[in-house]
Amino acid sequence: MRRLSILVALVATGLMLASATPSLAQGKEDLVIGMSQFPATMNPNIEAMAAKSFVLDMAHRPFTTFDTKWQLICMLCVELPTVENGLAKLVDLPADQIQAPKTAGTGVCTPVHDKGITLTYTIQPQATWGDGTPVTTDDVLFTWQVGQDERSGVTNLELYRRITKIDVKDKKTFTMHVNKLTFDYAGINDFLLLPAHIERANFAEPTEYKRRTAYDTDPTNPGLYFGPYRVTQFVPGSHIALEQNPTWWGAKPHFKRIVVRVIENTAALEANLLSGSIDYVAGELGFQFDEALAFQKRFGSRFDVIFKPGLVYEHIDLNLDNPILADKRVRQALLFGADREAISQQLFEGKQPVAHSFVSPLDWVATDDIPRYAHDPAKAGALLDAAGWKAGPDGIRVNATGERLTFELMTTAGNRTRELVEQVLQSQWRKVGIDIRIKNEPARVFFGQTVRERKYSAMAMFAWISSPENVPRSTLHSSEIPTAANNFAGQNDTGFKNALADELIDCIEVEFNREKRRALWQRIQALYAEELPVVPLYYRADPFVFPKWLTGVEPTGHQYSTTLWIENWKAR
Amino acid sequence: MTRFAVTRAIEGLIVLLVMSFVVYGLIGLMPGDPIDLMIASNPKLTSADAQRLRALYGLDRPILERYLNWLTAALQGDFGYSRAFARPVLELIGPRLVNTLVLMVASLTVALIVGLAAGLYAALHPRSLIDDLIGYLSFISISTPTFWLALLLMMLFSVVLGVLPASGMPVGADTGLGERLRHLILPVATLSLASAGGYTRYMRAAMIETLGQDFIRTARAKGASEMRVVLRHGLRNALIPVITVIALDFGALFSGALITETMFAYPGMGKAIYDAIMANDFNLALVTLLFATLTTLVGNFAADLGYAWLDPRISLAAGRAGT
Repeated sequence: MRRLSILVALVATGLMLASATPSLAQGKEDLVIGMSQFPATMNPNIEAMAAKSFVLDMAHRPFTTFDTKWQLICMLCVELPTVENGLAKLVDLPADQIQAPKTAGTGVCTPVHDKGITLTYTIQPQATWGDGTPVTTDDVLFTWQVGQDERSGVTNLELYRRITKIDVKDKKTFTMHVNKLTFDYAGINDFLLLPAHIERANFAEPTEYKRRTAYDTDPTNPGLYFGPYRVTQFVPGSHIALEQNPTWWGAKPHFKRIVVRVIENTAALEANLLSGSIDYVAGELGFQFDEALAFQKRFGSRFDVIFKPGLVYEHIDLNLDNPILADKRVRQALLFGADREAISQQLFEGKQPVAHSFVSPLDWVATDDIPRYAHDPAKAGALLDAAGWKAGPDGIRVNATGERLTFELMTTAGNRTRELVEQVLQSQWRKVGIDIRIKNEPARVFFGQTVRERKYSAMAMFAWISSPENVPRSTLHSSEIPTAANNFAGQNDTGFKNALADELIDCIEVEFNREKRRALWQRIQALYAEELPVVPLYYRADPFVFPKWLTGVEPTGHQYSTTLWIENWKAR
Repeated sequence: MTRFAVTRAIEGLIVLLVMSFVVYGLIGLMPGDPIDLMIASNPKLTSADAQRLRALYGLDRPILERYLNWLTAALQGDFGYSRAFARPVLELIGPRLVNTLVLMVASLTVALIVGLAAGLYAALHPRSLIDDLIGYLSFISISTPTFWLALLLMMLFSVVLGVLPASGMPVGADTGLGERLRHLILPVATLSLASAGGYTRYMRAAMIETLGQDFIRTARAKGASEMRVVLRHGLRNALIPVITVIALDFGALFSGALITETMFAYPGMGKAIYDAIMANDFNLALVTLLFATLTTLVGNFAADLGYAWLDPRISLAAGRAGT
């Protein structure tokens, strides 16, 4: 009898707990999103983190951005300025602002260094901060003041530095004077508006601004946001809750409340998704590719899994100071010896396409008219023979002095996908007589020292993230090679030096004509594929895992997050 | 007693000072800095911007200079600013401390009740079937990785049975006491199960040894009841070595739940340490780790007091065991 009582009590407790668990059907007006990182700050201009963009883009909008078709569009502005519509005008720069060309020039084009541009924008007439204060040109002037102050802690000053003057026409219209002419002049994606009526007092002492900004001291202040939602709860390291913003001028969002909760461990993230504790895992900051692939196989009937190839470019940097890799024939042999298509098909089920250059195939400037390297071990062998590397007794090639053809391949330890690719490449290259020694390091050491200071002896496998039509100045221009002299600034980690590449980069940046620019892009991609400073591997795909009832989330493939269109998200 | 407390306090301060230098130095020796993390996520960040930011955050200065600056400010009550959470460190760790305290007190209580009771029962019935069963369960508890146990409980109770939430803290509209307690069940169960096995083994061994002592035989010969022999004479003496173990675990109150807190996304001190180290957040990492050191020192001090209370032969005045 006593045992029966205990059993009944246990069952009753279980039922009570079960009844308290929220069901999936409940709360379709609420959306709980899981992701693996917490934003360090909500200030739009301090720190550049995908986690911050993901949350902030629900509550804040840039003037311009790239849409899901990778076209530049206005978000906070009314119309993009162009030379044709008269809102963009070329102007002569004053003598003190003219910068000398960085390269000698090979006659590809004549880079324009003496012209600037004026750009006129009009703010959305109904744009209003969440506390009812209209968004005006006063906010524009204040943001520019903060953005160009080196003491303010603003992460990316480049755009703010280029702006030499802002003329205010009225409360909603202003003209920027920009001292550098580039083809993407109309895109001011990094000009992220701050509310002058709140933040001006916090900026009184610029060096203290990064600690006093209301985005950190008072993140639930409605006056900080003007997007479809505003932050109503902010618990550092745990979660952020957002509710509909009554002053939003655009389409009314579907969900009344959105909670973004941070669960760093992806196994726990999966358990939370399956148990209904969270509804959706952010593709931008959620599962790793292999985890999503396994998840799709197990739970594909309950969830939609989309793999969106994007701009994250996996490749192997080759240290061109290595005397063996300095020989182009050896670099080309590496490409012919690697079966990248097999890697894409067998490891990634074709969902992460083979990369042939640094330009994503989704980008309009991508071209097929470049040298390609299909798997051809015979060609690889012939190239190595020609370079003086003959097959040795154990199958590994040796040169005339008896030196073995051995390279050290490094990547981030613990990254299962990369470690798998390493092993496949090691096996494939061994078949053409190249010995690969794998030496992996923790990401912190690898990126913080080995790559940054170019301490890898031969090969470093990692990824670059870029943006649509991103000019590869930081990774390919000879002025961007990290050295001790420049305190290891720059990201040209291979040490690639090519006068034509430098010239093409300078030319692309200032070529307005799309067709002429496309031709320049074709040339630099062809040069890249010919010179091969890196071994291109594949373009990474972000896995998005949706419950079947969630619609309207459209992965972009670029670095701007899906939440810029949060008002389109709906429950079916 | 006062002399003992003052001596231990001075020793503790020296340990904290040394630890602060060691921890700061170790974090500083790690390659990479927060600016590298920014570069990795922002393709448009120029090299000039990276250099400017390093200077702005003081990351370009020698590690010793940075440490001395931190120490000077800390001695004036300013423990710095968390770069990863954009808040003063003390403001940040306050709520986390409370969360960890709730989690750890609950799990320690459950683990002690289960562990000590099971250990006591096993010691009183040595080599019985129940003793063997308790032994097996204890070894399973000791050898099961916390990470795996957390995941297992999560999958069973949250995914398969659907009776408990998979996270440790409610974030929805209902964050009342009942909901908070419900969310605590799995993290508490994980931590309790992980440590109860150890306590069981210590308790069993200590109790068996104590019950074999002469004074137990004397107590029985004097006609004391078995209950009194076990609880008054046996348990009190057996608890002395067990208290040492509990005191050592006391430090883990604020840092040892790192894995469990991370798995259950529970915003406590363990997760703060994890977040701080992953984000290269010097100030937060330093203060949280120093706090863990401090709690270990306090735990040891409390254990010393506990010895004296349990065994009058132990004298604190002389700083050594008396006879």
